[in-house]
Amino acid sequence: MIGLGHYIVVAAILFTIGVLGIFLNRRNVILMLMAIELILLAVNINLVAFSAYLGDLTGQVLAMFVLTVAAAEAAIGLAILVIFFRRRGSIAVDDVNRMHG
Amino acid sequence: MIAILAFYLFALLTVFPALCVIFARNPVHSVLWLILAFFNAAGLMLLVGAEFIAMLLVIVYVGAVAVLFLFVVMMLDIDFAQLRSGFTANLPFGIIIALVLLAEIVVALFAHGAGPAFAHPQVAAVAQPNIVSLGQLLYSRYLFPFELAGLILLVAMIGAIVLTHRSRGDLRTPKVSKQIRRRPGEAVKLAEPGVGEGIKL
Repeated sequence: MIGLGHYIVVAAILFTIGVLGIFLNRRNVILMLMAIELILLAVNINLVAFSAYLGDLTGQVLAMFVLTVAAAEAAIGLAILVIFFRRRGSIAVDDVNRMHG
Repeated sequence: MIAILAFYLFALLTVFPALCVIFARNPVHSVLWLILAFFNAAGLMLLVGAEFIAMLLVIVYVGAVAVLFLFVVMMLDIDFAQLRSGFTANLPFGIIIALVLLAEIVVALFAHGAGPAFAHPQVAAVAQPNIVSLGQLLYSRYLFPFELAGLILLVAMIGAIVLTHRSRGDLRTPKVSKQIRRRPGEAVKLAEPGVGEGIKL
């Protein structure tokens, strides 16, 4: 049986990669959203691993809610991205402060 | 033995595509790497017996979220080379921060190794399938959060439609409510014109 520590290390590496992705792609909103998805995936792996090793299903229920919120967030984020692109012709984050409502 | 091999395979194939997601030059490749990472994360979850979440990951993430990303990346005509301009400038600083974060998490993990969660791993007695017990939990104790999750999805759906919908002024669409409100009395008119006179419309 694989130890709980292994799972947490994998989740920690995934989380770090997600944070690194947000740092590196400071201008590209699509890649930032993908990095957020990676971070949420790391959280899900942690929740499921703890839930399995503690014998408590609450972690898996929480993972399901995280999944729901991640899907909603991706949909709304991409919708905002599409209207922003339609208006400005670019998705550079630097231009976002020019929207002003 | 096969479980350990499978774990390392899935773990490696989750971490490596995740790295490729943030380093790929082409965003379409990024999305495809993301799909691979999600598949293998689902494999990781299968290994600990969370079948329902694993399948949910494949259906929701790969089937919906990743395809949504793919559509948006391909639909928008974006100059991605220009967006990468700050990439190398941020690289050293970003990697330093990432390494510090990773070291911190791993140190915290091993420092906490003597805690209750690790000292006494209680392996649950598997009496019924994962999906059955999860369903019983969801529809009894977590019924209200479950309904709330459905509401969140509904709000997201309506919000996405409202945000991206644009009404074009030059379209001549039929006004349905006006058509339905129309009654025979106002639509038909009987007239008896006299000889040699016309009808005034």
